[in-house]
Amino acid sequence: MHGLMNRSIERFVRDTYGRDVWGAVMRRAGLDYVEFEAMLTYDDHVTRDVLHALGAVLARTEQDILEDIGTFLVSHPNLEALRRLLRFGGPTFTEFLHSLDDLPARARLAVSDLILPEIELRDHGGGRFCVWCRGPVAGFGHVLVGLLRALADDYGALAWLEHKGRQNDSEIVEIQLLTVEHASGRRFDLGLGAL
Amino acid sequence: MMTPTAARAQIGPDAAMMDVLCPMHAVLNASGDLVHAGPTLVKICGGTSLIGTRFSELFDIKRPQTDGSVRMLIATAGAKLHLRTRGAPRTDLKGVAVPLSPGMPPEGGVLINLSFGISVVDAVRDFALTSSDFAATDLAIEMLYLVEAKTAAMDASHKLNMRLQGAMIAAEEKAYTDTLTGLRNRRAMNYVLEQLTSAEQDFALIHLDLDYFKAVNDRMGHAAGDHVLREVARIMVEETRSDDTVARVGGDEFVIVLKRLTDPQIVHDIAERLIARLSEPIPFADKYCSITASAGSVLSCAHAHADATRLMLEADTALYAAKDAGRGRHISYTQDLNRHATGNGEVGGPVSSNCPGPLAPRDPGRRDGGTE
Repeated sequence: MHGLMNRSIERFVRDTYGRDVWGAVMRRAGLDYVEFEAMLTYDDHVTRDVLHALGAVLARTEQDILEDIGTFLVSHPNLEALRRLLRFGGPTFTEFLHSLDDLPARARLAVSDLILPEIELRDHGGGRFCVWCRGPVAGFGHVLVGLLRALADDYGALAWLEHKGRQNDSEIVEIQLLTVEHASGRRFDLGLGAL
Repeated sequence: MMTPTAARAQIGPDAAMMDVLCPMHAVLNASGDLVHAGPTLVKICGGTSLIGTRFSELFDIKRPQTDGSVRMLIATAGAKLHLRTRGAPRTDLKGVAVPLSPGMPPEGGVLINLSFGISVVDAVRDFALTSSDFAATDLAIEMLYLVEAKTAAMDASHKLNMRLQGAMIAAEEKAYTDTLTGLRNRRAMNYVLEQLTSAEQDFALIHLDLDYFKAVNDRMGHAAGDHVLREVARIMVEETRSDDTVARVGGDEFVIVLKRLTDPQIVHDIAERLIARLSEPIPFADKYCSITASAGSVLSCAHAHADATRLMLEADTALYAAKDAGRGRHISYTQDLNRHATGNGEVGGPVSSNCPGPLAPRDPGRRDGGTE
């Protein structure tokens, strides 16, 4: 698993629950270090072990935690750079949804060895969408639920989201847009990141 | 099938269509005045109507060289133009001009389409552009995305490099440091000796061994022993220069490499001063630990080609001569010492004239109480 994924989990736990909780999680996962390097690659089992340990330490389901991580990635000020990169997907939430298919390619452009699950958006009309998400590691769909919910908020769109479980090797996330975009979202200036 | 003329006629000066496809285009009449400007072009030129303004007053065509006339613009048709805005902030632009078809108003006019090229990152900030200022097919947004994504990725890589470099330095430091005393270790000493001998730099090597240290350890415990070693280390560092090397190479064995020394008298003085200080009782808890030290030294200048192994062996021979002579003293190596050493064989080579014999007087009487 790419270090960026593990680093995201680490940042989420540190910024939300503090370093002591994070230390406890890493010890419980049987790891003798406390920091992930964003630009290194780790064995897949490391991520699984950390998520198991995190569930046990926080006494919460992994699905809930993954969803919170997705929300954290978009809404925490420390990860403003990532929010900005996502917002390049389109000027409105609907356009962003239509850019989701490109998300793995966009991620690869930035970091060539960052492999995201395949994502396919299906538009069912009337503001109803389904995101099919196919990858080797289950659980990414839950991250996507949290991430899309926070992004809808960021764009100022009102949306209802639900994880619909797995079908074959895909996770399905259903999105119902309740209102079209209004103006109360957060600002996004194209030129701000280059300062 | 459409003729080329018919195809061009469709592009024409349909302003609304052109504003969508090329929001940074301008249509000039035959005298070089703007008759239409796309919305983004208007935005970067101050936001007010540009109709009637001369194109050459707004933009400086840097390449190819022209007099700014429409006739010359038409002559460049299809070629890449390099332009710069005359108003602040100065922004470099790329452009291409095409003459309007015959019969298309304004007669004899030209259409110029502009783009930011590589200056897009600055331009977006300077002019507060949004995605709606670019054509839907324009790659500008993707380029801005890439710039930000690569900057973030480079920052992360840079941080990793810095951490790895820090870890590398720490690991190297650890690999060359004796953890108890903070002195260099045998590995570091070997490295320094190899460096000096291969660079043929002069140095003196003192091999020093503590006397009665085992007694301190046995009678007062390991804590006292460790304390003594740390104090000994501190004294040796104090008595040497910062670019000398002080290494702990065994339990109570030390090697000091003194750079640039060729005078045996100076080496002898340093060794004697060191031994004198080490012989002062070292306080520990409410007691005193008493040790002394024996030392043997050798000068690299004694050999035409200094060899680290041989120098160590000779310093060792001198050290054992000092121990045999009653401890608490320093002896410089000479070939004579080999005759007294047992089982060492012939080690010595030619000794240069400025390296005389042992300076410490031999004391046949052995000091009592040694339990080395």
